[in-house]
Amino acid sequence: MGIRFVLMVNKQGQTRLAQYYEYLTIEERRALEGEIVRKCLARTEQQCSFVEHRNYKIVYRRYASLFFLVGVDDDENELAILEFIHLLVETMDRHFGNVCELDIMFHLEKAHFMLEEMVMNGCVVETSKSNILTPIQLMDKAS
Amino acid sequence: MNPFSMGTSLRDMIRAIRACKTAAEERAVVRKECASIRDAINENDPDYRHRNIAKLMFIHMLGYPTHFGQMECLKLIASPGFPEKRIGYLGLMLLLDERQEVLMLVTNSLKQDLNHTNQYIVGLALCALGNICSAEMARDLAPEVERLMQFRDPNIRKKAALCSIRIIKKVPDLAENFVNPAASLLREKHHGVLISGVQLCTELCKVNSDALEYFRKKCTEGVVKTLKDLANSPYAPEYDIAGITDPFLHIRLVKLLRVLGEGDADASDSMNDILAQVATKTESNKVAGNAILYECVQTIMSIEDNGGLRVLAINILGKFLSNRDNNIRYVALNMLMKAVIVDAQAVQRHRATILECVKDADASIRKRALDLVYVLVNESNVKPLTKELIDYLEVSDQDFKGDLTAKICSIVAKFSPEKIWYIDQMLKVLSEAGNFVKDETWHAFIVVISNASELQGYTVRALYKAIQTSTGQESFVRVAVWCIGEYGEMLVNNIGMLDIEDPITVTESDAVDVVETTIKCHSLDLTTKAMALVALLKLSSRFPSCSERIKEIIIQYKGNFVLELQQRSLEFNSIIAKHQNIRSALVERMPVLDEATFVGRRAGSLTDTASTPARPSVNLPNGVSKPSASPLVDLLDLSSDDAPAPSSSGSDILQDLLGVDLSPASQQSGAGHAPKSGTDALLDLLSIGSPTAQSSPSTIDMLSSSMNGKTPVSPLDDLSSLSLSARATSNAGAAPVMDLLDGFASNPPKHEDKGPEYPSITAHESSSLRMTFSFSKQPENPQTTVIQATFTNLSSNAYTDFVFQAAVPKFLQLHLEPASGNTLPASGNGSITQSMRVTNSQHGKKSLVMRLRIAYKVDGQAKLEEGQISNFPRGL
Repeated sequence: MGIRFVLMVNKQGQTRLAQYYEYLTIEERRALEGEIVRKCLARTEQQCSFVEHRNYKIVYRRYASLFFLVGVDDDENELAILEFIHLLVETMDRHFGNVCELDIMFHLEKAHFMLEEMVMNGCVVETSKSNILTPIQLMDKAS
Repeated sequence: MNPFSMGTSLRDMIRAIRACKTAAEERAVVRKECASIRDAINENDPDYRHRNIAKLMFIHMLGYPTHFGQMECLKLIASPGFPEKRIGYLGLMLLLDERQEVLMLVTNSLKQDLNHTNQYIVGLALCALGNICSAEMARDLAPEVERLMQFRDPNIRKKAALCSIRIIKKVPDLAENFVNPAASLLREKHHGVLISGVQLCTELCKVNSDALEYFRKKCTEGVVKTLKDLANSPYAPEYDIAGITDPFLHIRLVKLLRVLGEGDADASDSMNDILAQVATKTESNKVAGNAILYECVQTIMSIEDNGGLRVLAINILGKFLSNRDNNIRYVALNMLMKAVIVDAQAVQRHRATILECVKDADASIRKRALDLVYVLVNESNVKPLTKELIDYLEVSDQDFKGDLTAKICSIVAKFSPEKIWYIDQMLKVLSEAGNFVKDETWHAFIVVISNASELQGYTVRALYKAIQTSTGQESFVRVAVWCIGEYGEMLVNNIGMLDIEDPITVTESDAVDVVETTIKCHSLDLTTKAMALVALLKLSSRFPSCSERIKEIIIQYKGNFVLELQQRSLEFNSIIAKHQNIRSALVERMPVLDEATFVGRRAGSLTDTASTPARPSVNLPNGVSKPSASPLVDLLDLSSDDAPAPSSSGSDILQDLLGVDLSPASQQSGAGHAPKSGTDALLDLLSIGSPTAQSSPSTIDMLSSSMNGKTPVSPLDDLSSLSLSARATSNAGAAPVMDLLDGFASNPPKHEDKGPEYPSITAHESSSLRMTFSFSKQPENPQTTVIQATFTNLSSNAYTDFVFQAAVPKFLQLHLEPASGNTLPASGNGSITQSMRVTNSQHGKKSLVMRLRIAYKVDGQAKLEEGQISNFPRGL
């Protein structure tokens, strides 16, 4: 599976979570994020959720004030990624209870742990919410 | 404990950053935090280590450098507790990457953790390895991962499977070790393990053909059965999405089937039933169902032909295309693009719908649809499709017009059934969106017009009619002005009337009016105005009655601030005033340029420009023209002169033909100055010295002599070379250049007899810099030479921002690798090396030759050194 990066961005365009599955320098990341966010945030609700940028295809979805953007290879199933974003949000909802920007900001590492359970090296590992959340809940209990 | 090393809590830091109103404030907060984290790192205080890494992750996410925290991640990973390891591994994955050498230090910790008794720690290590492992680590740790694929806990097995994907991508040789464990994963029931196993198998099939054969033989049946079970499975709350059990697994399985079925009739055959079932039974009212259908269609299109299934697939796409959801339509267009290759006829059926999508409000859909229309065009449907596209051009968004125009121009040029239709369409495009038409497109258009002698009258009249209403489009005006200049008498005398035309009455002064309006229009650029002046000169001979008036117009520009216009004005004025007897011969029609040659040339010049950064505009704002800003480009032009036909590249010929060649090289190379200007042109081409400086003396010289009328013949030859004989012009420039290149070939450098071991040379040496080249060649590929360039600083100041550039003639291909650095310490205390690969297509016939340019800064002052290397050892 070719997920190249996962970004969460608020509606002001500030990055709230960034996970790359390929190497980019800090400067490249900043530039890429800026360009993508500018492109995606300018689009209206009616327009489709896919944007082509450089050699990426970006699949994005908006939840209240938070944008989820996933960069994929050209031959990836865009609709599946769209569904995957929804699964990610549902998983976070189950953990945080109606996830919002602040949850992700203040629990950045938890958000990363969840993503890590779901995606590894750009491939989807797990699609069951309870399987994803078990290790995280265990850790919460331990600490 | 040192109170300063404690710093703020993570929460406080995030609050502080959130409270920042401006980017500058944010930078200040981050700087302060980074400073205190560095302090804490220096004190080596383990208590706050994981908090510091958590902070660094946040800072990293905001886009600030955090390399100083990398070692801390390693320390956390090495610590015994789970929470420390957890954050340490996360930091490792976020802050480091596989290119960093620090990563090698972590191999040992990873190995220990992969063998840990706590399965969660094993999971952490697998996850980290799967995300960042390098080739060396893959070799070291592959046995551990292989063993873990049989681990009792499914969560470990799935991670080990995905980790293996990374390993076999890094080291494809290891693939065979993983084939058997991967095949056994396909029999798993646990969805996580299954989806990982399926992805591993897909990847194995891609990197190893033996693995593909194995899976095809042994596992196709199994995968088909798994998919069947999944599609028929009862409601499973944990994996259910919109009534479908685990669509992600569905998609991965269908994708694996695609890999297995591609190019193998038996395997394709065995999956027909299940694909048909999935394609017909899946609900298409939710995203999840459509995602499966989409994947299914892709697989049906890729596997070996089965007529019934293909029809089903195309029908699904048709349904997608008429869906109201833009996402679905986008996907359908995407898929039709691939379907065109297998079944163009079926896709043609949806042409009308696709054409509608070109006009969609959504840029993503428009772009996809336009690409699709472009491949759907053929001789039979080009007329209606072009009409639709041109109609849409009128109302489309500004930022879409560029794409659309380029595609329309390319379509009409490729498929036009007859010339008159091509001319009509080009006229429409030019008058509608002339500003978006590329130079080479309208150049090509003019070549076509000049070849179609029976349509020239029609074209110029049509242009004349159109320019009355459309004046803002630069390339349109250029074409119109050129045609009116060339074919003015056809315009006023209605020569070459076609049956379809209505006769129009245009007086000679009407025609001059149009050109005059153009030249006075402020929004048009220098090239257009220069073309208008040439047109006026031509009209003055074609319309003797307007000659006086034209002279008046031309004379107004003799004091123009733009040198180019001023010069033309003076020259043309003197032709009109003093040389009536030869004027008509001077301004005859342009010789017809062979279309085939032009197309060939153009292809050549396109590769030229592709190999250099975009060719800079020849027009400088002050009107001083230069061949180009970059001397490297000149050398490449030189290379095209090297070709058998002694003329410059296509666009140059055409510029000559149009009489708008602003390059001083061709203006100088008239017969009167032949010996001198030949050298000048050469110097220009090689750009030794400043081209402008050299062009002015000879121009002034030429002008003054023509003003005084002392030597009327030679300056007139000069002038006539401007417009009359394009070929002669480029000939004059080209011949000495060829001599020079021949010179390279025939003057063997001294290193000739030293055998196949090529000696190193000092390629460039100045008082401040020395560059040496050493050569190596692989015996099986004699055309390619690898050159290792070494730069040494001979001065006592260090150089920064050091950049080396090189250019070669067209028979060579040059590939520059990145340099080892961009700073060069003083007095030879170190060097920069850079390797490049040169492929000589004329190996054995011609020697290497190269121009170089070295830019660097000394104490912030930019320096530039240029030179030519012709002392390459022979036989490279």
